[in-house]
Amino acid sequence: MSDDLDALRQETLIALDAAGDLRAWDAVRVATLGKSGRLTGLLKELGRAAPEERRIRGAALNRLRDELTLAIEARGRSLEAEALNARLASERVDVTLPVPTGGGGSIHPISRTIEEMVAIFGAMGFQLAEGPDIETDWHNFSALNTPSHHPARTDHDTFYLPTPEGEATRLLRTQTSPVQIRTMLNQAPPIRVIVPGRTYRADHDATHSPMFHQCEGLVVDRGITLGHLKGCVIEFLRAYFDQPTLPVRFRASYFPFTEPSMEIDIGWDRRSGEIGGGSDWLEVLGSGMVHPRVLANCGIDPREFTGFAFGMGIERLTMLKNGIPDLRSFYESDIRWLRHYGSSPLLPALLHEGL
Amino acid sequence: MKFTLSWLRDHLDTTATQAEILAALNRIGLEVEGVTDRGAALAPFRTARIVAADQHPNADRLRICRVDIGRDTGEGGIGPEGDDLVQVVCGAPNARAGISVIFAPPGSVIPATGATLKVGSIRGVESHGMLCSLRELGLGEEHDGIAELPDNTTPGQSYANFAGLDDPVIEIAITPNRGDALAIRGIARDLAAAGLGRLRPWLAQTVEGLFPSPVGWRIDYPEACPYVLGRTVRALRNGPSPDWLRERLVAIGLRPISALVDITNFFTFDLGRPLHVFDAGKLSGSELVICRGAGETLRALDGRDYIAGPEDCVIADDAGVQSFAGIMGGEATGVSETTTSVFIECALFDPIRVALAGRRHAINSDARQRFERGLDPALPVAALEAATRMILELCGGEASEVVVAGEPPAWQREARLRFERIAGLGGLEVAPDDAVASLEALGFAVRARDAASVLLDVPSWRNDIAMPSVLDAAPDLDPARRLGVDTVSVIEAECDLIEEVLRLRGLDAVPPVTLPPPGLITRGPVPLPSLTPRQARTAVARRMLAARGLAECVGFSFISRDAAEHFGAIPDSLRLLNPIAADLDQLRPTPLASLALAARRNAARGADAVGLCEIGPGFGEGGQLLIAAGLRTGQAPRRPGVGPEPASVWQAKADALAVLESLGVPMEALSVTADAPAHYHPGRSGTLRQGPKLVLARFGDLHPGVLKALGLDGAAAGFELFLDVVPDPKRRRRAAPDLPAFQPLTRDFAFLVALEVTADAVVRAARGAERTLITKVSLFDVYEGEKVPQGQKSLAIEVVLQPRERSLTDAEIEAVCARIVAAVGKATGGVLRG
Repeated sequence: MSDDLDALRQETLIALDAAGDLRAWDAVRVATLGKSGRLTGLLKELGRAAPEERRIRGAALNRLRDELTLAIEARGRSLEAEALNARLASERVDVTLPVPTGGGGSIHPISRTIEEMVAIFGAMGFQLAEGPDIETDWHNFSALNTPSHHPARTDHDTFYLPTPEGEATRLLRTQTSPVQIRTMLNQAPPIRVIVPGRTYRADHDATHSPMFHQCEGLVVDRGITLGHLKGCVIEFLRAYFDQPTLPVRFRASYFPFTEPSMEIDIGWDRRSGEIGGGSDWLEVLGSGMVHPRVLANCGIDPREFTGFAFGMGIERLTMLKNGIPDLRSFYESDIRWLRHYGSSPLLPALLHEGL
Repeated sequence: MKFTLSWLRDHLDTTATQAEILAALNRIGLEVEGVTDRGAALAPFRTARIVAADQHPNADRLRICRVDIGRDTGEGGIGPEGDDLVQVVCGAPNARAGISVIFAPPGSVIPATGATLKVGSIRGVESHGMLCSLRELGLGEEHDGIAELPDNTTPGQSYANFAGLDDPVIEIAITPNRGDALAIRGIARDLAAAGLGRLRPWLAQTVEGLFPSPVGWRIDYPEACPYVLGRTVRALRNGPSPDWLRERLVAIGLRPISALVDITNFFTFDLGRPLHVFDAGKLSGSELVICRGAGETLRALDGRDYIAGPEDCVIADDAGVQSFAGIMGGEATGVSETTTSVFIECALFDPIRVALAGRRHAINSDARQRFERGLDPALPVAALEAATRMILELCGGEASEVVVAGEPPAWQREARLRFERIAGLGGLEVAPDDAVASLEALGFAVRARDAASVLLDVPSWRNDIAMPSVLDAAPDLDPARRLGVDTVSVIEAECDLIEEVLRLRGLDAVPPVTLPPPGLITRGPVPLPSLTPRQARTAVARRMLAARGLAECVGFSFISRDAAEHFGAIPDSLRLLNPIAADLDQLRPTPLASLALAARRNAARGADAVGLCEIGPGFGEGGQLLIAAGLRTGQAPRRPGVGPEPASVWQAKADALAVLESLGVPMEALSVTADAPAHYHPGRSGTLRQGPKLVLARFGDLHPGVLKALGLDGAAAGFELFLDVVPDPKRRRRAAPDLPAFQPLTRDFAFLVALEVTADAVVRAARGAERTLITKVSLFDVYEGEKVPQGQKSLAIEVVLQPRERSLTDAEIEAVCARIVAAVGKATGGVLRG
């Protein structure tokens, strides 16, 4: 390589090395390879050289051009990387700073339990039915074979509302059963409904609340037997508590609106509260075959149709499943309690996702 | 209902263990509520006899007793003397040779002290147990020395057994239909029918009447009393009952009073047959009249005064009302220790009238409990004989002839059971012979039987079976759907019988069967949705509110009238007649009221910034509405770089809009007006409507006056959304989406408008200027201040133009912009800001 090319090479490499930022680097690039750059100038002069010299010098110039091009590009990339690093360093933030998460909302355990009940009974073909909280005494009592003198009425501490002269007595429903009546009046069998809802009784202590929730179930069809009632309730309880072998006991009992009637217990351990374990029994449901009078009161022929009904306390089942010790806490709306026992709106009760 | 096991055995001949009896009671519907076994703590104590009592060498007051505890090893040599006697050191002054005593071996726990007895050395002499006083056994206060049992008591017996204290007391719950099980005999009959033994026969022997009764009956109120018997017993002596009777009554929680009273209580429980005894010496005149009350005052046996009304059935003599029929007797004619002559009442009273009278006067008595469930109408004659006999046995005297008024009611009924219905209704296959045998054991009598069914006479005591049906059909029921009462009666009687057959086998015997899938033929096993679209919408609203950070609450539907008043109308028609507490007396107008009260409770616990929501009923004159309400209070948590963020009308509006959008309400159909009700801040609240009338929601800061009245400090903003009002989304197939290929362009405008012009008015005017090209108009800035003229503000909007066929020319864009300016100017008087 001739001296002048060697000098150009050396000087350019030194200059590149000295270029501390992209602007200086660009000046070196233009001074070397730009339109008026030194190397470009030498290449332009080549045409004036003798043919033999032109061939030798041309080859040397091309080599030098390739070498310097690579060197300039490499230096450029390195300077770009340095610049980026500097920028990134200057943009650093404290990522431990707090951000608004937007969460904190929750679904009340009672709503959650109702959702679970709807999911399980829904899989058995039940539909959700609803009715008003203010009822007539006919819907709440009389239609359900509980006339005014019936001893069972003394068990219900009923809240009454003023009733205009000549109208049916108004009260707050003591049970969700009046919705059974409304359903049977409005719909011909087959009927398969569940009725979760608010109920009211004039009772207030550690284990009673003047308002609480029940879930009623009603099935009316041809050929329905007490065996179906048992199957339905056992399958529900085992799904709800997620215990495929949960012990379930049936005891004969009495309700005015069913016959035969029975109370239903599940196995548990009284001391530990463990569901399904131990040797104690805990009552969780009342049920029975719909009384022929109740069917007849609603215009359904008891010679043709039979049915069963059951009712359960939603708070009670919620407390058992979730280990909630205090009934009154459900209505206290203590934000700490709601956050603790509430569930995520993004995890609704879906059988295919698991309850 | 309480009874002792031994009392039960009076009527039930059984080899069943206590555990078997308890299990059977639960199985057949007589739920066991508790068992008290007084004998359990006394199990270690035995009867014994002091054979020798020698002075202790080292203590004046102690004796060394050698006690026969009935243990015969046959080898001799358990005692220190090489015989079968036990050495006990005893300090009781009455410890002497020859008496029978109660012995506690080492290891016993002494009930009165809880101490465990050990073999010990007392002043150098070994003692292998203890001789006990009744007080140490927890059985009394006597402690003058050790208890002395009757002479010749055989040593080695269980003391509890010897004293009749090993008799467990069982308490069962009686359902309202089972009046017959309020008798120990009725319980025994059920257990016998369930296979636990044999019901012992019971026959009352007739007591010959020796003279005409000086007192007779007259019934003036036959609807309340169809039939009554009575008889006088004279020349008797009332006094304490014998021990066996006193012990039984004490065991079941009754206080023994005197033989005459105890006898009536005995029959109340033994046969479920309440009786009353008047002191014949205190009755005036020769006739007791059963009649309606007429405002008389009666001091009853509970010592309280009651006023007898015209619906009450009372028993009166010449001096006035002496008893509430079927409920409680009067103090004036009650028996006492000095009574020498009684008149026994044995009546049938109408159950409903007794129930209503008892409820009116708030008297709960064992008699009322039985009368209102219905007595055995065939029992009065025999019960009166049995009671007379017991009075003669315990009190002496002589009995009169029986006096009667009215007629025994016709109680005879029949019921038919078709055997296939046992499985058809009850789901259990029972052989016809077995079913009939069960029913016969309960007292039913077969009148006729064929292969398919059996016709039975119902026993007199089962007034829950085959009673005449009482229908109460829906008042507006289609006549074509009405059923005759006879039709229902037949089915009902059959259900009654099936229940009995199942009950005695236990319902656990019925095999569970999975419900067939509904509509199996048309749909297969896949069920229909459980929720209607409206119900599903409620679930979506709940999730949306929770997803926006609100915690769902469940509040009582009733709150205090004072609090309710701040949130809407509080009509008297929605005020409870019998509230359980003064602060729970009014049905709430809106769940927002409950949330405000909840926010205050949370603030009192230090949580003054909360986000709460509830989906529940609000009540008004027009009925009940399902309302989704939310409330945010206080300041959002502070964060670096962000100013204070108090709960505000904007969050409330955003919450309400988010729910409406999630329910499928078309956002462009909503209008917002500044006219929320009085519990909101009048200048910082609004109403969301669909169309001109339909109010879907209201939102805003709560009124400062309401906050003050409720004791809430700081910011609070909420909303109420009326879920019932939100129209169902249209269920039509969606049109193909509008996806123009050309790039949209945006233009910004700033208008100077009067201060009172709403942003909504400007946006709507701009939107309406050009229907095809303008796809979106949004407000992005509001400015009030020095840079605009006094009384005006600047509203800046962004308009999106969407070319459809081709790109727009500058001239076309200018034309649209001019139309926008013109439309806004026309609608609001606004001009482009220079």
